[in-house]
Amino acid sequence: MSKIIELKNVNKWFDKFQALKDINLEVNQQERIVICGPSGSGKSTLIRCINRLEEHQDGQIVVDGKEISENTKDLEKIRAEVGMVFQQFNLFPHLSILDNCTLAPIWVKKMPKKDAEALAMKNLERVQIADQAKKFPGQLSGGQQQRSALARALCMEPKIMLFDEPTSALDPEMIKEVLDAMVDLAKAGMTMIVVTHEMGFAKEVADNMIFMDQGQIVEKAKTKDFFENPKSDRTKLFLSQIL
Amino acid sequence: MNLSMLKSDTKNLNSFIAAGSALIFIGFIDIILSSFFSTNITAFLPNKISYLTPLLFGLFGLYLIRIEFSGNKLLDKVNTNFNSSNFNALLTLLVIFALIKYVPPLLNWFVFDANFAGNTKEDCTSGGACWVFVKVWLNRFVYGLYPDTEQWRINTAFLTLFLLVGASFFVPQKFKKYIIIFLLFVYPIIGLKLISGGDFGLKYVETGAWGGLSLTFIVSAFALILCFPIGTILALGRRSKLPAIRYTSIGFIELWRGVPLITVLFMSAVMFPMFLPDGTYVDKLIRVLIAITLFEAAYMAEVVRGGLQALPKGQYEAAKSLGMGYWKMHFLIILPQALKLVIPGIANTFLALVKDTPLIFVVGLLELAGMVNLAKTNPKWLGMAMEGYVFAGLVFWVICYVMSRYSQNLEKKLKTER
Repeated sequence: MSKIIELKNVNKWFDKFQALKDINLEVNQQERIVICGPSGSGKSTLIRCINRLEEHQDGQIVVDGKEISENTKDLEKIRAEVGMVFQQFNLFPHLSILDNCTLAPIWVKKMPKKDAEALAMKNLERVQIADQAKKFPGQLSGGQQQRSALARALCMEPKIMLFDEPTSALDPEMIKEVLDAMVDLAKAGMTMIVVTHEMGFAKEVADNMIFMDQGQIVEKAKTKDFFENPKSDRTKLFLSQIL
Repeated sequence: MNLSMLKSDTKNLNSFIAAGSALIFIGFIDIILSSFFSTNITAFLPNKISYLTPLLFGLFGLYLIRIEFSGNKLLDKVNTNFNSSNFNALLTLLVIFALIKYVPPLLNWFVFDANFAGNTKEDCTSGGACWVFVKVWLNRFVYGLYPDTEQWRINTAFLTLFLLVGASFFVPQKFKKYIIIFLLFVYPIIGLKLISGGDFGLKYVETGAWGGLSLTFIVSAFALILCFPIGTILALGRRSKLPAIRYTSIGFIELWRGVPLITVLFMSAVMFPMFLPDGTYVDKLIRVLIAITLFEAAYMAEVVRGGLQALPKGQYEAAKSLGMGYWKMHFLIILPQALKLVIPGIANTFLALVKDTPLIFVVGLLELAGMVNLAKTNPKWLGMAMEGYVFAGLVFWVICYVMSRYSQNLEKKLKTER
């Protein structure tokens, strides 16, 4: 399997606070990685650097063969290939769910409107929300909104999907419906990097686990080894607290 | 005095209501007599006291009928809404008495004693408003000094405008786009050409002759349409990451916001031509339009910037993560939401703009209020300032009220969050 994302010695500072320290990471195609760690450990910052919602100051990030830096001219093209799902959904409240899904394909990929709508309906069907297509985001529950946001990202037909704590803002009852949609996506062979605290989900779909603390990758291991046989004490402590 | 003995209980409820109502009635009779017949039931008392007697009667009457849960629906309503305490009772009486005292004379001046017939000032004999003045000058108030025989051109221009705007509401979505593009980019040129003339066999009418309500509309419409996109660009510029663009925008906005409009207009009329090379000439009206547009654009920029800042960061990030560049992100995601948020602020700026147009008198252009000003100094019509300004005020009020209602409807129509 070929690698699709590569991070080499990535460092990032927010003013004087170092958010990421010497991050090295390789992600292969169709690999599913779950990143966990305490809050403030840099998990979100890490995946936000991958589509440059945050800028890294040092090191190299290569996505699908293209390096991301301030000189990247076709940053938009790279972003179009990397889908992202946010903690707060970030649906566009002035557009219907269907329009949320078709907007980027039409304007960024120049897809004809009919094709974009067919694609959107297919993806909405996939997350089981097709019957809500004409509604506005404000009329849906949190779980429905997050599934719509997932469908919106999928409509760009991305090669990689990033999930930034997709279930943290949801009621417990709604978490399952979102996780189910994500499991479904993982089974279809999508490359995924997921920041989450849902360890059940991690055990089910992740190939590799990453544990981060204080801006560093403390441990990276196969999922089975990670849960059954963690190496570092910090990981053990963390797992003992959340499992 | 112990007033509690004057409190009713269920037994003598009716007698209290009767006594209270009678007192209030006397109060009203008193105020009506003193307002219209210059007499007074309490005329035997000293002047100052007798002036206050209606209030005292009314207050005491209201005190007597202030009964909680009397069972009478009307009475309960009056008590909760107008008569819940002595202070509220006093306010209620003051407002009602003021209305009785001052509204009828106002109506008399406006309508009943007003003069409508005739053609000269001498026809106004009855003492009320002399609407003859407005009637005679109406043509000038609407068209300014525009030649009478050419006024059909202004009529045609505005009629076409209204028809086009009306059509844009009713035609199917597909054609709407074209009508709006035509309205914004093609129509203004045609309209201006039609009114100014000079080609196509139309007689040239210099802008100094334009005036009245039609000029108010022309100036407002142009400034409204132009200041909006300029203001939006300035707002985006002020939030730009590129220092050159940011500081230019800040400088521009603060410069225009820091000067009074009247100064700007004066500069545009007097100073600006000095900077032009000899022989070039920019029409006075064009200069004024540019000045007002840029002035209002600076205010618009800050209104729009308020909307931009109110949007959560997540909206920008979601748009970026879908591969949208700066312009797509702003035109598809950010501006539609931000502008919707600031519709009240935009309406505010627009209303202020319309009401600022009379200031163009400093460069010698006379719109509605300016024409009134001119007409009242006509030797045959001296002393008609009141009628003229009331008329102008009413017209401005109607224009502004319509705009304000429209903005409220727009707000409701665009509301998608709940």
